[in-house]
Amino acid sequence: MNKKKPSLLRSLGIALGTALVIVVFAYGIKVTDVNFETTRSVDRLTQLKRVIRALAQPDIIEYDYDETVVEIPFYLPCPESQEISAPQVDKSQPYMLASAYCASPQEIVQITGKNFPPDVKGPVDLYTTSGVKKPLGDFYSDSNGEFQLDVELPTRQPIAEAQRIISTIRIQVGSAMLTETAKATWDKIIETVFMALLATAIGTVLAIPVSFIAARNLMVENKSPLTSIAFSIIGWPVGIYLGLKIASLARQLLAPFLENPVQAVLGLVIGIVLVILILQWVLKSKDKKPGFDVMDIIKLLAYAAAGLAGIAVMLFLETLSRSIGLALVEPLGPFGFIGNFLYQIGEASTLIVPAIVALGLGAVVGGSLGKIGQTISDKSSAGVVKVVNIIGTTVAGASLFAIIGAGINWLYQIDNLTKTLYWPAAIGAVIGLVLALIVKPKQTLPTGLAIYFITRTILNVTRSVESLVMAIVFVIWVGIGPFAGSLALALHTLAALAKLYSEQVESVLPGPLEAVTATGANRLQTIVYAVVPQIVSPYISFTMYRWDINVRMSTIIGFVGGGGIGFLLQQNINLLDYRAASVQMVAIAVVVALMDYVSSVVRERMV
Amino acid sequence: MLEIKNLTKVYEGGTQALTDVSFSVKPGEFLAVIGLSGSGKSTLLRCINRLIEPTEGQIIWNGQDVTAASQDEMLKIRRKIGMIFQHFNLVSRSKVITNVLAGRLGYVNPAMSLMNRFPKKDREMALKQLDRVSIADQAYKRADELSGGQQQRVGIARAMVQEPDIILADEPVASLDPVLAHSIMQYLETINQEDGVMVLCSLHFLDLVHRYADRAIALNGGKLMFDGPPKEIDDAKFKEIYGKEAERVG
Repeated sequence: MNKKKPSLLRSLGIALGTALVIVVFAYGIKVTDVNFETTRSVDRLTQLKRVIRALAQPDIIEYDYDETVVEIPFYLPCPESQEISAPQVDKSQPYMLASAYCASPQEIVQITGKNFPPDVKGPVDLYTTSGVKKPLGDFYSDSNGEFQLDVELPTRQPIAEAQRIISTIRIQVGSAMLTETAKATWDKIIETVFMALLATAIGTVLAIPVSFIAARNLMVENKSPLTSIAFSIIGWPVGIYLGLKIASLARQLLAPFLENPVQAVLGLVIGIVLVILILQWVLKSKDKKPGFDVMDIIKLLAYAAAGLAGIAVMLFLETLSRSIGLALVEPLGPFGFIGNFLYQIGEASTLIVPAIVALGLGAVVGGSLGKIGQTISDKSSAGVVKVVNIIGTTVAGASLFAIIGAGINWLYQIDNLTKTLYWPAAIGAVIGLVLALIVKPKQTLPTGLAIYFITRTILNVTRSVESLVMAIVFVIWVGIGPFAGSLALALHTLAALAKLYSEQVESVLPGPLEAVTATGANRLQTIVYAVVPQIVSPYISFTMYRWDINVRMSTIIGFVGGGGIGFLLQQNINLLDYRAASVQMVAIAVVVALMDYVSSVVRERMV
Repeated sequence: MLEIKNLTKVYEGGTQALTDVSFSVKPGEFLAVIGLSGSGKSTLLRCINRLIEPTEGQIIWNGQDVTAASQDEMLKIRRKIGMIFQHFNLVSRSKVITNVLAGRLGYVNPAMSLMNRFPKKDREMALKQLDRVSIADQAYKRADELSGGQQQRVGIARAMVQEPDIILADEPVASLDPVLAHSIMQYLETINQEDGVMVLCSLHFLDLVHRYADRAIALNGGKLMFDGPPKEIDDAKFKEIYGKEAERVG
């Protein structure tokens, strides 16, 4: 008895569940505009047939034709005043007869062809007096060289003079050739594959360092006291600002030497030698007792000098690669693209050098100030640390919020110092002050985890924006073309790969990490010796997988102007040229399938 | 002289791993740390080089307070403390020589080491230490091509190129068979006697303790239960350390 009740309830539940599922799907069908009536519409079916047939005949191969035209005069509509008689024809040549030589629009006229070459086809068109062509149909001559074709006359403005009906006889000559469409498709598919290659390369190079920051197991151990955090927050923007200034100053100062290639080569050599000599000298000096002395100041100056020489080297390299590249384009002939490559590297480094210098100096200043903060926190009494914390964190909070305020002002153009500078700085200062009061003087805070979460969030947001959408923005920045597409794909690749990579880092065996840490290796050494060997092969396999994805993505990124074959495909679809579109579809299918195969083979070898 | 004073470790989540442990070790001593699994042996050893941060208490090494050392000072202290692990903890995809050279990372120039460049004398030292544990011929094989006993010898070589004053060995023979266990213990004994390196070694088998250790300390539930020469561990002490149900084996 007891068993029956639950089973009844159960059936009720199932019935209710089923009803619910039906309702959900019914609503889904309404929302998605499902309409099976349209699928039977005759017009649509005719169109569909036409498109599918066009798609089945990709416009890849064509022949040269010998064209002969056969014409008869024709009046549309019939003139009122005069009788129209059949024209004279030369029966030794191909000729045409018509059931009538004048007619009203939409009337059907029968055209007969005689003496044509056997088994040929060609178009039958109506040419107006101004030479505009209106297709009437296609003829197919039989084995006797004759045909009959009923054509419907088009609706046209009445013209009093005679127009012409022309049949064009096309006879293939020569061997098969690739069509213009096929050639353009070939060009674009190459472009597509290289877009994917470039995007994957850029994305991978950038994703590798990011992946370490986005790995929880590496970041969780990084804890710093508040003093250190506050000092480095102050140091970073100062360093970045100084870096930008120094980079532009260096460019100005060196400008006179950059123009002459001989001077540039000389400068390059001197710069490299300087950097090597200084670094050798600094690195040779042994570990010394703790404490600060004159030697430290000299070392510091030496590092600064090496840094400046390094900047000069970068600038000389940039100019040289630009001028050498430009000079090589002509003499290299078909390999001129190598010259262009050098030139573009120079151009790119014009963009990148200030960024490198700024970030480098930011890291140096932020890092050293952080270290000073760490030392203060380690060595001073709790009271002193507290005071330093209160001052440092207040300033850090104020400057951080002021920078955020400046960012907001850039976006929304408020241009009101009270709202974009004073208030944010005040709020930041208060937050910093409160933080310094709450946190115990020498307590360490999980900076690593904070950076980890921020990085992860940025990566997730970036990854959730499709590269198609990113391409729209890049098109505005660098113009329509494959460059925009590559940049968009590279950005998406960076976000996606950094996540995949970091998950690999998170799954490395902790034992070797512990062992290398125990030898007294610093953080970076530990990563290079214990983590990197464990992740090389999964990194390669993920990169191959991503290239595969990028090839697929780059086939459609042209839809938004991102270059590649998608551009051609969309153009042909819009022009209703389905035979051409079909060529591009076939090309995409072939390349994607090939890429899929190659990447699976390589990945199998790697893992 | 290594002094452990009132060492206490409470893990996040409240697990009490060590409670008020104090003892000291003389230079050149071979100290065995015994106790059941989970008694706090590994935590104790890792607190000494601060792979695990102690919650309370002090560790004094030659007059320097290790627990108060800054991060940079800690790197300098760690490079004088070699460590050997139960599961060897080699980087299996790297070459044997690279694994051994990792022991020099605390000494060499950081920038050069990132490009896998080591001074010639360090490479020679690595080969010499490999030769000492009789596997110099395996130096250029990948670490995972070696057998368990060979891998542990690589682990010993890695610790030895640190030119350590202390070796922390965390159950170095627990994943090896008895014959290999003795051979590994003999290497540790040699290091202890010839180089005068202090060895702190956690062990499971009492016969190994009797055979190799000068002194033993015993942990049970994170508390120090015994501190003295191994031969003083009689049946009553044994039951105290390992619990009433325990039977002596070996």
